[in-house]
Amino acid sequence: MSELDISRLPKGGKGFAHDFAADQTTFKGVPWGKAMMWIFLLSDTFIFSCFLISLMTARSSTIAEWPYPSEVFGLTIFGVEVPLLLIAIMTFVLITSSGTMALAVKYGYERNRKMCAWLILATAIGGLTFVGMQAFEWSKLIFHDGIRPWSNPFGAAQFGSFFFMITGFHGTHVSIGVIFLFIFARKTFRGDFDTGRRGHFTSMKSDYKAIEILGLYWHFVDLVWVFIFAFFYLW
Amino acid sequence: MEQNNKKTTSTHSIGIYLWIWGLLFVFSTFSYLVDWYNFQGLLRWSLIIFFMLIKAGLIMSIFMHLYWERWAIVNVLLWPMTAIMVFVAIMTAESKYTFFTRALFFVTGV
Repeated sequence: MSELDISRLPKGGKGFAHDFAADQTTFKGVPWGKAMMWIFLLSDTFIFSCFLISLMTARSSTIAEWPYPSEVFGLTIFGVEVPLLLIAIMTFVLITSSGTMALAVKYGYERNRKMCAWLILATAIGGLTFVGMQAFEWSKLIFHDGIRPWSNPFGAAQFGSFFFMITGFHGTHVSIGVIFLFIFARKTFRGDFDTGRRGHFTSMKSDYKAIEILGLYWHFVDLVWVFIFAFFYLW
Repeated sequence: MEQNNKKTTSTHSIGIYLWIWGLLFVFSTFSYLVDWYNFQGLLRWSLIIFFMLIKAGLIMSIFMHLYWERWAIVNVLLWPMTAIMVFVAIMTAESKYTFFTRALFFVTGV
Protein backbone atom coordinates (compact mmCIF):
# COMPACT_ATOMS: atom_id res chain seq x y z
CA MET A 1 0.00 0.00 0.00
CA SER A 2 2.75 2.44 0.94
CA GLU A 3 4.60 1.77 -2.35
CA LEU A 4 1.55 2.51 -4.47
CA ASP A 5 1.37 5.71 -6.50
CA ILE A 6 -2.15 5.75 -7.89
CA SER A 7 -1.49 8.71 -10.12
CA ARG A 8 0.56 6.38 -12.36
CA LEU A 9 -2.24 3.80 -12.77
CA PRO A 10 -4.58 3.89 -15.81
CA LYS A 11 -7.76 5.93 -15.29
CA GLY A 12 -11.43 5.65 -16.28
CA GLY A 13 -12.68 2.45 -17.89
CA LYS A 14 -9.16 1.09 -18.34
CA GLY A 15 -8.48 1.80 -14.69
CA PHE A 16 -11.67 -0.05 -13.76
CA ALA A 17 -10.50 -3.15 -15.67
CA HIS A 18 -6.98 -2.78 -14.28
CA ASP A 19 -8.09 -2.49 -10.64
CA PHE A 20 -10.46 -5.44 -10.81
CA ALA A 21 -7.95 -7.57 -12.71
CA ALA A 22 -5.16 -6.72 -10.27
CA ASP A 23 -4.32 -9.71 -8.11
CA GLN A 24 -4.42 -7.55 -4.95
CA THR A 25 -6.50 -4.76 -3.38
CA THR A 26 -9.31 -3.72 -5.73
CA PHE A 27 -9.98 -0.21 -4.42
CA LYS A 28 -6.63 1.48 -5.07
CA GLY A 29 -5.90 4.42 -2.83
CA VAL A 30 -9.08 3.92 -0.80
CA PRO A 31 -8.41 3.28 2.92
CA TRP A 32 -10.29 0.23 4.19
CA GLY A 33 -12.36 2.37 6.56
CA LYS A 34 -13.59 4.48 3.67
CA ALA A 35 -14.46 1.44 1.54
CA MET A 36 -16.37 -0.06 4.48
CA MET A 37 -18.22 3.21 5.11
CA TRP A 38 -19.24 3.33 1.44
CA ILE A 39 -20.50 -0.24 1.56
CA PHE A 40 -22.45 0.52 4.74
CA LEU A 41 -23.95 3.58 3.05
CA LEU A 42 -24.89 1.45 0.04
CA SER A 43 -26.80 -0.95 2.30
CA ASP A 44 -28.41 2.03 4.06
CA THR A 45 -29.45 3.35 0.65
CA PHE A 46 -31.36 0.12 0.11
CA ILE A 47 -33.13 0.45 3.46
CA PHE A 48 -34.24 4.03 2.75
CA SER A 49 -35.20 3.01 -0.80
CA CYS A 50 -37.44 0.28 0.59
CA PHE A 51 -39.16 2.83 2.84
CA LEU A 52 -39.71 5.30 0.00
CA ILE A 53 -40.82 2.58 -2.44
CA SER A 54 -43.36 1.30 0.10
CA LEU A 55 -44.55 4.91 0.52
CA MET A 56 -45.07 5.03 -3.25
CA THR A 57 -46.89 1.69 -3.19
CA ALA A 58 -49.18 2.67 -0.33
CA ARG A 59 -49.94 6.09 -1.73
CA SER A 60 -50.77 4.91 -5.23
CA SER A 61 -52.82 1.91 -4.10
CA THR A 62 -55.06 3.60 -1.52
CA ILE A 63 -58.59 4.62 -2.40
CA ALA A 64 -58.75 7.29 0.32
CA GLU A 65 -57.49 10.82 -0.38
CA TRP A 66 -53.76 11.18 0.49
CA PRO A 67 -53.17 14.14 2.87
CA TYR A 68 -51.67 17.13 1.03
CA PRO A 69 -48.24 17.61 2.69
CA SER A 70 -48.12 21.28 1.70
CA GLU A 71 -51.08 21.95 4.02
CA VAL A 72 -50.28 19.39 6.72
CA PHE A 73 -46.77 20.79 7.21
CA GLY A 74 -47.71 24.43 6.72
CA LEU A 75 -47.19 26.96 9.50
CA THR A 76 -49.16 30.08 10.29
CA ILE A 77 -46.78 32.99 10.79
CA PHE A 78 -48.41 36.29 11.82
CA GLY A 79 -51.72 35.12 10.45
CA VAL A 80 -50.27 34.09 7.07
CA GLU A 81 -50.33 30.44 5.99
CA VAL A 82 -46.84 29.54 4.77
CA PRO A 83 -46.57 26.06 3.19
CA LEU A 84 -43.74 23.73 4.29
CA LEU A 85 -41.92 26.58 6.06
CA LEU A 86 -40.32 24.52 8.81
CA ILE A 87 -39.33 21.79 6.34
CA ALA A 88 -37.65 24.35 4.07
CA ILE A 89 -35.67 25.79 7.01
CA MET A 90 -34.68 22.26 8.08
CA THR A 91 -33.46 21.59 4.53
CA PHE A 92 -31.31 24.72 4.54
CA VAL A 93 -29.90 23.92 7.98
CA LEU A 94 -28.92 20.43 6.86
CA ILE A 95 -27.29 21.71 3.65
CA THR A 96 -25.38 24.30 5.67
CA SER A 97 -24.08 21.60 8.02
CA SER A 98 -23.10 19.53 4.98
CA GLY A 99 -21.12 22.48 3.65
CA THR A 100 -19.25 22.98 6.94
CA MET A 101 -18.50 19.24 7.00
CA ALA A 102 -17.03 19.36 3.48
CA LEU A 103 -14.78 22.23 4.58
CA ALA A 104 -13.81 20.33 7.75
CA VAL A 105 -12.63 17.42 5.59
CA LYS A 106 -10.63 19.81 3.42
CA TYR A 107 -8.95 21.50 6.41
CA GLY A 108 -8.35 18.09 7.97
CA TYR A 109 -6.32 16.96 4.96
CA GLU A 110 -4.42 20.24 5.11
CA ARG A 111 -3.62 19.42 8.76
CA ASN A 112 -5.27 22.63 9.93
CA ARG A 113 -6.35 21.19 13.28
CA LYS A 114 -8.17 24.20 14.76
CA MET A 115 -10.14 25.08 11.64
CA CYS A 116 -11.10 21.43 11.14
CA ALA A 117 -12.28 21.05 14.74
CA TRP A 118 -14.34 24.26 14.74
CA LEU A 119 -16.02 23.27 11.48
CA ILE A 120 -16.89 19.81 12.87
CA LEU A 121 -18.36 21.54 15.92
CA ALA A 122 -20.39 23.84 13.64
CA THR A 123 -21.63 20.77 11.75
CA ALA A 124 -22.67 19.12 15.03
CA ILE A 125 -24.58 22.23 16.09
CA GLY A 126 -26.31 22.36 12.70
CA GLY A 127 -27.34 18.72 13.10
CA LEU A 128 -28.58 19.38 16.62
CA THR A 129 -30.67 22.29 15.32
CA PHE A 130 -32.16 19.97 12.70
CA VAL A 131 -33.10 17.34 15.29
CA GLY A 132 -34.57 20.06 17.51
CA MET A 133 -36.78 21.34 14.72
CA GLN A 134 -37.83 17.80 13.90
CA ALA A 135 -38.82 17.26 17.53
CA PHE A 136 -40.91 20.46 17.31
CA GLU A 137 -42.52 19.22 14.08
CA TRP A 138 -43.33 15.81 15.58
CA SER A 139 -44.83 17.28 18.74
CA LYS A 140 -46.95 19.70 16.71
CA LEU A 141 -48.27 16.89 14.51
CA ILE A 142 -48.90 14.54 17.44
CA PHE A 143 -50.37 16.90 20.05
CA HIS A 144 -51.89 19.67 17.93
CA ASP A 145 -52.97 17.94 14.72
CA GLY A 146 -53.68 14.50 16.20
CA ILE A 147 -51.70 12.48 13.65
CA ARG A 148 -51.23 8.85 14.72
CA PRO A 149 -49.56 5.92 12.94
CA TRP A 150 -53.02 4.36 12.50
CA SER A 151 -55.16 7.40 11.73
CA ASN A 152 -55.13 11.12 11.03
CA PRO A 153 -57.74 13.80 10.39
CA PHE A 154 -56.39 14.70 6.93
CA GLY A 155 -57.07 11.56 4.87
CA ALA A 156 -55.54 8.16 4.16
CA ALA A 157 -54.76 6.35 7.43
CA GLN A 158 -51.38 5.07 6.18
CA PHE A 159 -49.98 8.62 6.07
CA GLY A 160 -49.03 8.74 9.76
CA SER A 161 -47.16 5.44 9.85
CA PHE A 162 -45.08 6.40 6.82
CA PHE A 163 -44.37 9.85 8.22
CA PHE A 164 -43.15 8.56 11.58
CA MET A 165 -41.22 5.65 10.07
CA ILE A 166 -39.37 7.58 7.37
CA THR A 167 -38.62 10.83 9.19
CA GLY A 168 -37.96 8.89 12.41
CA PHE A 169 -35.41 6.62 10.76
CA HIS A 170 -33.73 9.61 9.15
CA GLY A 171 -33.82 11.54 12.44
CA THR A 172 -32.14 8.58 14.14
CA HIS A 173 -29.36 8.76 11.58
CA VAL A 174 -28.96 12.49 12.20
CA SER A 175 -28.89 11.97 15.99
CA ILE A 176 -26.22 9.25 15.75
CA GLY A 177 -24.27 11.54 13.40
CA VAL A 178 -24.48 14.42 15.89
CA ILE A 179 -23.11 12.21 18.68
CA PHE A 180 -20.18 11.15 16.51
CA LEU A 181 -19.57 14.73 15.35
CA PHE A 182 -19.26 15.91 18.96
CA ILE A 183 -16.90 13.01 19.76
CA PHE A 184 -14.77 13.77 16.71
CA ALA A 185 -14.75 17.51 17.41
CA ARG A 186 -13.29 16.71 20.84
CA LYS A 187 -10.78 14.26 19.36
CA THR A 188 -9.69 16.82 16.76
CA PHE A 189 -9.36 19.64 19.31
CA ARG A 190 -7.24 17.31 21.46
CA GLY A 191 -5.01 16.58 18.46
CA ASP A 192 -5.65 12.82 18.27
CA PHE A 193 -5.20 12.83 14.50
CA ASP A 194 -1.83 14.59 14.71
CA THR A 195 -0.35 12.57 17.56
CA GLY A 196 -1.85 9.22 16.51
CA ARG A 197 -3.45 8.76 19.92
CA ARG A 198 -5.34 5.48 20.13
CA GLY A 199 -9.14 5.60 20.03
CA HIS A 200 -11.13 4.85 23.20
CA PHE A 201 -13.30 2.12 21.65
CA THR A 202 -11.16 0.90 18.76
CA SER A 203 -7.70 1.07 20.43
CA MET A 204 -6.41 1.97 16.95
CA LYS A 205 -4.37 4.90 15.78
CA SER A 206 -6.17 7.21 13.41
CA ASP A 207 -5.47 10.20 11.19
CA TYR A 208 -7.41 12.82 9.29
CA LYS A 209 -8.82 10.15 6.92
CA ALA A 210 -11.26 9.46 9.77
CA ILE A 211 -12.72 12.95 9.25
CA GLU A 212 -13.42 12.14 5.60
CA ILE A 213 -15.13 8.87 6.60
CA LEU A 214 -17.26 10.73 9.16
CA GLY A 215 -17.96 13.30 6.43
CA LEU A 216 -19.21 10.57 4.08
CA TYR A 217 -21.77 9.52 6.69
CA TRP A 218 -22.89 13.08 7.28
CA HIS A 219 -23.23 13.91 3.58
CA PHE A 220 -25.24 10.71 3.18
CA VAL A 221 -27.69 11.93 5.84
CA ASP A 222 -28.07 15.12 3.81
CA LEU A 223 -28.42 13.08 0.60
CA VAL A 224 -31.24 10.99 2.06
CA TRP A 225 -33.01 14.17 3.17
CA VAL A 226 -32.93 15.40 -0.45
CA PHE A 227 -34.95 12.32 -1.44
CA ILE A 228 -37.30 12.50 1.57
CA PHE A 229 -37.91 16.20 0.89
CA ALA A 230 -38.77 15.39 -2.75
CA PHE A 231 -40.85 12.26 -2.30
CA PHE A 232 -42.53 12.78 1.05
CA TYR A 233 -42.94 16.53 1.44
CA LEU A 234 -43.13 17.89 -2.11
CA TRP A 235 -44.72 15.08 -4.13
CA MET B 1 3.43 6.53 5.70
CA GLU B 2 3.04 10.19 6.64
CA GLN B 3 4.84 11.35 3.52
CA ASN B 4 2.74 9.01 1.41
CA ASN B 5 -0.52 10.42 2.80
CA LYS B 6 0.44 13.92 1.85
CA LYS B 7 1.34 12.82 -1.65
CA THR B 8 -1.76 10.78 -2.45
CA THR B 9 -4.51 12.89 -0.86
CA SER B 10 -4.93 16.03 -2.91
CA THR B 11 -6.93 18.82 -1.33
CA HIS B 12 -9.24 20.87 -3.45
CA SER B 13 -9.54 24.64 -3.41
CA ILE B 14 -12.11 26.11 -1.03
CA GLY B 15 -13.87 27.75 -4.02
CA ILE B 16 -15.38 24.55 -5.36
CA TYR B 17 -16.95 23.68 -1.99
CA LEU B 18 -18.43 27.15 -1.60
CA TRP B 19 -19.78 27.01 -5.15
CA ILE B 20 -21.46 23.64 -4.60
CA TRP B 21 -22.80 24.86 -1.26
CA GLY B 22 -24.32 27.89 -2.98
CA LEU B 23 -25.77 25.78 -5.79
CA LEU B 24 -27.38 23.41 -3.27
CA PHE B 25 -29.06 26.42 -1.63
CA VAL B 26 -30.28 27.68 -5.00
CA PHE B 27 -31.69 24.31 -6.11
CA SER B 28 -33.31 23.74 -2.71
CA THR B 29 -34.99 27.12 -3.07
CA PHE B 30 -36.17 26.14 -6.56
CA SER B 31 -37.67 22.88 -5.33
CA TYR B 32 -39.38 24.77 -2.49
CA LEU B 33 -40.77 27.25 -5.05
CA VAL B 34 -42.35 24.30 -6.91
CA ASP B 35 -44.56 23.92 -3.85
CA TRP B 36 -44.87 27.67 -3.23
CA TYR B 37 -46.28 28.34 -6.71
CA ASN B 38 -48.39 25.21 -6.38
CA PHE B 39 -47.43 23.60 -9.69
CA GLN B 40 -49.44 20.43 -10.23
CA GLY B 41 -49.35 17.30 -12.33
CA LEU B 42 -46.54 16.30 -14.64
CA LEU B 43 -44.78 19.68 -14.35
CA ARG B 44 -44.61 19.37 -10.55
CA TRP B 45 -43.29 15.80 -10.61
CA SER B 46 -40.68 16.40 -13.31
CA LEU B 47 -39.38 19.58 -11.60
CA ILE B 48 -39.17 17.82 -8.20
CA ILE B 49 -37.21 14.91 -9.68
CA PHE B 50 -35.00 17.21 -11.76
CA PHE B 51 -33.91 19.34 -8.78
CA MET B 52 -33.60 16.26 -6.57
CA LEU B 53 -31.23 14.52 -9.00
CA ILE B 54 -29.10 17.64 -9.47
CA LYS B 55 -28.74 18.08 -5.69
CA ALA B 56 -27.98 14.37 -5.17
CA GLY B 57 -25.41 14.47 -7.97
CA LEU B 58 -23.64 17.53 -6.55
CA ILE B 59 -23.51 16.08 -3.04
CA MET B 60 -22.21 12.69 -4.19
CA SER B 61 -19.70 13.88 -6.78
CA ILE B 62 -18.16 16.86 -4.96
CA PHE B 63 -18.96 16.68 -1.24
CA MET B 64 -18.48 12.90 -1.12
CA HIS B 65 -15.51 13.11 -3.54
CA LEU B 66 -16.86 10.46 -5.95
CA TYR B 67 -15.75 12.65 -8.88
CA TRP B 68 -12.13 12.12 -7.84
CA GLU B 69 -12.41 8.44 -6.95
CA ARG B 70 -11.29 5.68 -9.29
CA TRP B 71 -13.91 3.99 -11.45
CA ALA B 72 -13.53 0.72 -9.55
CA ILE B 73 -15.32 2.08 -6.46
CA VAL B 74 -17.64 4.45 -8.35
CA ASN B 75 -19.05 1.59 -10.43
CA VAL B 76 -19.38 -0.70 -7.43
CA LEU B 77 -21.44 2.00 -5.69
CA LEU B 78 -23.62 3.19 -8.55
CA TRP B 79 -24.60 0.02 -10.45
CA PRO B 80 -26.60 -1.48 -7.54
CA MET B 81 -28.88 1.56 -7.84
CA THR B 82 -30.35 0.04 -11.01
CA ALA B 83 -31.83 -2.70 -8.80
CA ILE B 84 -33.76 0.06 -6.99
CA MET B 85 -35.16 1.30 -10.30
CA VAL B 86 -36.28 -2.24 -11.17
CA PHE B 87 -37.93 -2.49 -7.74
CA VAL B 88 -39.73 0.82 -8.35
CA ALA B 89 -41.06 -0.51 -11.67
CA ILE B 90 -42.25 -3.76 -10.07
CA MET B 91 -44.01 -1.99 -7.20
CA THR B 92 -45.66 0.51 -9.55
CA ALA B 93 -47.30 -2.38 -11.39
CA GLU B 94 -48.17 -4.05 -8.07
CA SER B 95 -49.77 -0.91 -6.59
CA LYS B 96 -51.86 -0.36 -9.73
CA TYR B 97 -53.17 -3.89 -9.41
CA THR B 98 -53.93 -3.37 -5.71
CA PHE B 99 -55.73 -0.12 -6.50
CA PHE B 100 -57.74 -1.86 -9.21
CA THR B 101 -58.88 -4.68 -6.92
CA ARG B 102 -59.70 -2.23 -4.10
CA ALA B 103 -61.72 -0.03 -6.42
CA LEU B 104 -63.52 -3.09 -7.72
CA PHE B 105 -64.40 -4.66 -4.35
CA PHE B 106 -64.89 -1.53 -2.23
CA VAL B 107 -67.17 0.08 -4.78
CA THR B 108 -69.10 -2.87 -6.13
CA GLY B 109 -69.03 -4.86 -2.90
CA VAL B 110 -68.83 -8.21 -4.67
